[in-house]
Amino acid sequence: MAKTVVSFTLNGSPVDVLVEPRELLIHTLREKLATTGPHIGCDTSHCGACTVDLDGLSVKACTVLTVQCDGAEMLTIEGFAKAGALHPLQEGFSQEHGLQCGFCTPGMITRAYRLLQENPSPTEADIRFWMAGNLCRCTGYQNIVKSIQYAAAKMRGETVATSHPVLAE
Amino acid sequence: MDTNIETHARLEKLEGIGCSRKRREDPRFIQGKGNYVDDIKLPGMLSGVMVRSPYAHAKIVSIDTSKAKAHPGVHAVLTAEDLKPLKLHWMPTLAGDVQAVLADGRVSFQNQEVAFVVADDRYTAADAADLVEVEYEELPAVVDPFKALAPDAPVIRPDLDGKNVGAHGARKHHNHIFNWQIGDKDKTDRAFANAEVTVKQDMLYPRVHPCPLETCGSVANYDAIRGDLTVWITSQAPHVVRTVVGLLSSIPESKIRIISPDIGGGFGNKVGVYPGYVCAIVASIVLGRPVKWIESRSENLTTTAFARDYWMTGELAADKNGKIRALRVNVTADHGAFDACADPTKWPAGMFHVCTGSYDIANAHVSVDGVYTNKFPGGVAYRCSFRVTEAVYLIERMIDVLAQRLDIDKAEIRRRNFIQAEQFPYLSPLGLEFDSGNYAPALERVLEAVDYKALRAEQAALRADPNAPTLMGIGITTFTEIVGAGPSKNCDILGIGMFDSCEIRVHPDGSAIARMGSISQGQGHQTTYAQIIASEAGIAASQIAVEEGDTSTAPYGLGTYGSRSTPVAGAATARAARKIREKARKIAAHLLEVAPDDLEFDLDQFKVKGDPARGKTMKEIAWAAYNNVPEGMEMGLEAVDYYDPPNFTFPFGAYVCVLDITKKTGETKVRRFYALDDCGTRINPMIIEGQIHGGLTEGFAVAMGQELPYDEQGNVLGGTLMDYFLPTSQETPHWETDFTVTPSPHHPIGAKGVAESPHVGSIPCFSSAMVDAFAHLGTTHFNMPYNSFRVWQHAKSLGLTA
Repeated sequence: MAKTVVSFTLNGSPVDVLVEPRELLIHTLREKLATTGPHIGCDTSHCGACTVDLDGLSVKACTVLTVQCDGAEMLTIEGFAKAGALHPLQEGFSQEHGLQCGFCTPGMITRAYRLLQENPSPTEADIRFWMAGNLCRCTGYQNIVKSIQYAAAKMRGETVATSHPVLAE
Repeated sequence: MDTNIETHARLEKLEGIGCSRKRREDPRFIQGKGNYVDDIKLPGMLSGVMVRSPYAHAKIVSIDTSKAKAHPGVHAVLTAEDLKPLKLHWMPTLAGDVQAVLADGRVSFQNQEVAFVVADDRYTAADAADLVEVEYEELPAVVDPFKALAPDAPVIRPDLDGKNVGAHGARKHHNHIFNWQIGDKDKTDRAFANAEVTVKQDMLYPRVHPCPLETCGSVANYDAIRGDLTVWITSQAPHVVRTVVGLLSSIPESKIRIISPDIGGGFGNKVGVYPGYVCAIVASIVLGRPVKWIESRSENLTTTAFARDYWMTGELAADKNGKIRALRVNVTADHGAFDACADPTKWPAGMFHVCTGSYDIANAHVSVDGVYTNKFPGGVAYRCSFRVTEAVYLIERMIDVLAQRLDIDKAEIRRRNFIQAEQFPYLSPLGLEFDSGNYAPALERVLEAVDYKALRAEQAALRADPNAPTLMGIGITTFTEIVGAGPSKNCDILGIGMFDSCEIRVHPDGSAIARMGSISQGQGHQTTYAQIIASEAGIAASQIAVEEGDTSTAPYGLGTYGSRSTPVAGAATARAARKIREKARKIAAHLLEVAPDDLEFDLDQFKVKGDPARGKTMKEIAWAAYNNVPEGMEMGLEAVDYYDPPNFTFPFGAYVCVLDITKKTGETKVRRFYALDDCGTRINPMIIEGQIHGGLTEGFAVAMGQELPYDEQGNVLGGTLMDYFLPTSQETPHWETDFTVTPSPHHPIGAKGVAESPHVGSIPCFSSAMVDAFAHLGTTHFNMPYNSFRVWQHAKSLGLTA
């Protein structure tokens, strides 16, 4: 099958890849660009483990062709920490125990990032609605909601603290 | 400095048992730097894809691989014929049966593995898989375990022809696997004959799937020059996998290295050894290159390890006041086409005999028949200890049925039957010794928290109003789990006792590394094992690296499933840490020129009794261990412990669920779910809460929507996430959690295991609430899953939808 060169910006750096027209973005990222943060959980765009931010939209990279991404700006979980400093969402997920096995986490954080770009002060209902395209089998979502609330507060400049103090009991 | 403040600061630095220590695993996962099997990329690695059967039952007339082999980029196409010379076309299962690795002339379930295509990459392999031409001659399929036992039912396993005795005794029919009985049948039958009241209820625990977010997969790399095989694998039990691979391949275990890297959830799905793993290994040996096999979601949901499929009939005999005198249970267990049930060898129904629950029942008898059908193999525990979810479901449903029959409140009937605190250790009529429990206070605390009386009053008012658009159901469960398999006298896997292990090395600078035979799939072992060592050996948790999952470095262990990590490997960890502490005591005594008994351990140091100003910190002692030890002592500060528990542990809980159901649509809303769990000593409250949220959510999924049904032709329905219910953040309820602490008397730190209790306990609680909503109309039970359609159907059958 004839291959095409596709160029886009990945986490701030320009990349060129040679792909077949049928190649899915998630495979290009994971197998050609060493970007293994986004995961494959379902192949059918139900689970959201492969979520990346593409030109300001959350997309499921298992359902996007790489050739559709020519000229795009793309953000994956690998682009969140800057100069060794965690993004407030990354901090929030750890402080509020918003992850267990970690497999859904890159997609969750990437989706939550888009939510907070659109709505800096989401209610719990807003968060549950916005995150419904990202499945988690471990946490039951309750601490994911708290993680996103933690990050939202921090991004608004408010003082934040974990709801799990080390020596509570 | 104030002593309390100083102690607080030291405790905070130590981060021992009881601290909500933040997870050591998180930094890599939140930055996309986890290392899961599919992230592994080796030079020259090839990709393998399975060719699968579209039929549930068929003879294979021919397989033509020539077009696939001729496809550019294809390196090999394996079929059973290729595996036969290696005697690898069949493999032993954990249940004493055999399973086809690649179909040997016949397929017995839809999506069964028929051929394995290896190519340069996954696209090429998938293209070539489509070019493998298989001619089938379809046979009648049977997917109902009762029909499978009909005299003229299709023969599902002709390879067992003439074999009238299986791994668990006599087979009474060509599709029968075993009959297993426990308890005193005569005494139980007599109790029923003499009972004032008896109740009987049929119930189905449907076929479901654990469905971790990461599917199963492996990367096999055989180094022909060194003769070494390395396999990265999604396994909850890497050491057992090494032994199985050794048995199958005749490669010595010293030449096999199994690595379970980060695992994206297991929930029981990743206990077994699957054909894909075996094919990737064979292909790597044959081709001399690394071979990766990763299953798709549909392959995961339809081939690797279902759970449940238990068709149960429960009976209770009782006095008129609700005191239970006897329990009788008959189960028909659908095991699919191969018996690949993951259970301790001698118990083909796992620990189902915990089914007398939290109640003091004098007489009980259980009989379980295992049956072959044309469905995929498995029978793993989905977030529970072996068949414990089924057992707890049975007894919790039955006690509700009895309460309704006698018109006794569902909380009150439990009070009248609880094993009392002073009865522990309690020997159950089915031979288990319940180590500890304190059930009544847990129930009372939950009833008070939800204001049970007010809920019942509200429900009564709603029932009295014929125009009310909704029904209200109140569910109660007071369950007991059995986890921590297990004592090796009762439990083994393939002949290996179910111990677990820990090895600790303290370095000269006082930091340490600990390695275990278990493997985390999200439970946070790197965080919590370090807390145990911190409390027991006085080394700050932040200074302890915890490693698991690499069989070349970790001590042998049976792995993580059945909530056995804390009860078994956690116990080994505490005991190994105590060995470190006792050696440290001797070194400290030597350094301080006092007798070891003159020292007392104080968090992170040894102090001289009566002279607390004199002491040695663990850091100082660690340094001395490498240069100044008492005469006759070996240098170094290391310990290893292989722990064979004397008994199981018995976590318990009391849950209440309140459901609001719209009569016209069957739509159900969880208004409230209050879960009190008692897991004994609590190591990390934050992680415990997270585990309970997750278990409750998986329980919600099973009760309210999960099912893998089949049509009459043996087509599996529900093989994608379009059909198979995984709850999203939208429908998942808000959970309220609570706890009591009843330590296990035999566990070194009193811990019992926690992650599975909420799954085991919540499912019957949802059923209890759902049935309760219709109880005033005579409903005693209807089967899960309670999706809106089914609830609507039930409401319609009662004339509620008009």
